[in-house]
Amino acid sequence: MTVPAIETRGLVKRFGNTAAVDGIDLQIAQGGIYGVLGPNGAGKTTAIRMLATLLRPDAGEARVLGHDVFTEPKAIREKIALTGQFASLDEDLTGIENLMLLGRLLGYNSREAKVRGMTLLDAFGLTDAAGRQVKKYSGGMRRRLDIAGSLIVTPQLMFLDEPTTGIDPRSRNQVWDIIRTLVEGGTTILLTTQHLEEADQLADRIAVIDTGKVIAEGTPGQLKAQVGTGALKVRVAEATRREEAAEILGRTLLAEVIRESDPAALTVRLEDESRAASALIALQDSAIAVETFALGQPSLDEVFLALTGHKTVHEAPDGETADAQEEAA
Amino acid sequence: MTTTAQDQNQRIRSVLVPADQRPAPAGAISASLTYGWRALLKIKHIPEQLFDVTVFPIMMTVMFTYIFGGAIAGSVDGYVQWLIPGIFVQTMIMITMYTGLTLNRDISKGVFDRFRSLPTWRPAQLVGALLGDQIRYVLAGTIILGVGFVMGFRPEGGMAGVLMAFVLLLLFSFSLSWVWTVISLLVRTEQAAMGISMFIMMPLTFASNIFVDPETMPSWLQGAVEVNPVSVVVTAIRELMAGVGQFSSVTLVLVYCAVLVGVFGPLSMYFYNRKS
Repeated sequence: MTVPAIETRGLVKRFGNTAAVDGIDLQIAQGGIYGVLGPNGAGKTTAIRMLATLLRPDAGEARVLGHDVFTEPKAIREKIALTGQFASLDEDLTGIENLMLLGRLLGYNSREAKVRGMTLLDAFGLTDAAGRQVKKYSGGMRRRLDIAGSLIVTPQLMFLDEPTTGIDPRSRNQVWDIIRTLVEGGTTILLTTQHLEEADQLADRIAVIDTGKVIAEGTPGQLKAQVGTGALKVRVAEATRREEAAEILGRTLLAEVIRESDPAALTVRLEDESRAASALIALQDSAIAVETFALGQPSLDEVFLALTGHKTVHEAPDGETADAQEEAA
Repeated sequence: MTTTAQDQNQRIRSVLVPADQRPAPAGAISASLTYGWRALLKIKHIPEQLFDVTVFPIMMTVMFTYIFGGAIAGSVDGYVQWLIPGIFVQTMIMITMYTGLTLNRDISKGVFDRFRSLPTWRPAQLVGALLGDQIRYVLAGTIILGVGFVMGFRPEGGMAGVLMAFVLLLLFSFSLSWVWTVISLLVRTEQAAMGISMFIMMPLTFASNIFVDPETMPSWLQGAVEVNPVSVVVTAIRELMAGVGQFSSVTLVLVYCAVLVGVFGPLSMYFYNRKS
């Protein structure tokens, strides 16, 4: 078969005395979307920057598409594209100028770069904004242009560092669609995110990272099996019937039912979400009117609690860690 | 998924370029020129960044000539012939400092991460920025000489001498820029870069032959002034403008340029590649 997209062993990066990445082993096959899930400061960005040959690892081994990050960075750069956490665009330039700049650097002549740029802008619905400076773009437009910039020549492997951070839900769905389309086109995507929902929606496999280490790895299904599916939130129409509903839910779901401070609301911690439907039917059979019946994903905090036994530590974002490194240097 | 979303995905799928159809990445020169083009685009979008290369040179030329002219040479008219070439050099090399400051601001932005992840010759990002600055230097130099001419500067060397001097100074400015590049890569903030650059710049320009003849200085200082690269450049420029260009003076400037680029170019790249 083909070489793995990414292979790392004992990858380490220290900034001063803190190890931002503290011995990461990854084995990522080509094709599909691989999600790296973790809170701010977990080392996601640092890991990506090492794999994209922007940062030299302090220890360990890493191969990207079969090439060593230490000895063959140029070969890697020819096959990857990077979309950073903060838009990797020149904000002073216009949309088309940004794409032309990248196009010319990637080997198109001026005219070809312009044609290619306009084609991409059109595909991403940005034609009207072609001549506008990027600093005047909305968050969602910026993201789309950013991704378009990564597609001037289609990369074999694309790094997307928190692609939906700071954009509205509609733009987020657009970005998700774009990502899925790219994968169908044969690009492997490594995506970092702070949201379990995003990883769950997109990724074929997920690595959960905390304080520079991989603490869990597997398919979304496997991870959820470790964490529990999440929470079922029910709100009955008449508060007087809450006790009755609690009893039914407890019996059907075989789980603990939490009575919320809202006198009509109940929450059930679920191990197996497939039972939720039968609970709804049981409530219906007893003629209990239900106002809300919602199956929620466990939050990242809950995942962490389940995996590590401690809550997520909200450390400084990766950007500040980099500053700390400069200070130390 | 809405129909438009499907449309969009269809369109995106249709613009993907298969790996075997991608062009070879731009070569070193082409990439440098492209980054230079980026610098020009930035001037187009933010013309106010030319303030330092337009107003500043006028201020410097007028101020120094009229303030020091009388005191140093007895008369402004006599001083102009001697001072303008010096001011020309001083103002230009002070402007080179802004190269480092701009770079410091630029590098901290996300776009440099993308540039560094491209399969192009890495120094092109810095070389291109410095090439783009040549436009600024030409503008500044033209203004200084224009103001000088209005104030009575009539170089003996004529147009040819002035042009040769101009080209030599552009080359020196490009070479000196690498010093500021290194500083801007080493420090964290623009203010720190400014501070350190000024700290180097002040003695470099004042302990030189720009304003006064070194003969009037104590002998220990004269030695320093003579090896000061700024003095070497000023001497060569004065000679060229006066129509008495010396091969040896010009060669010495070229040697200084080679040393500056040879030392600070690789240093810049070293720090640039390790910048996180």
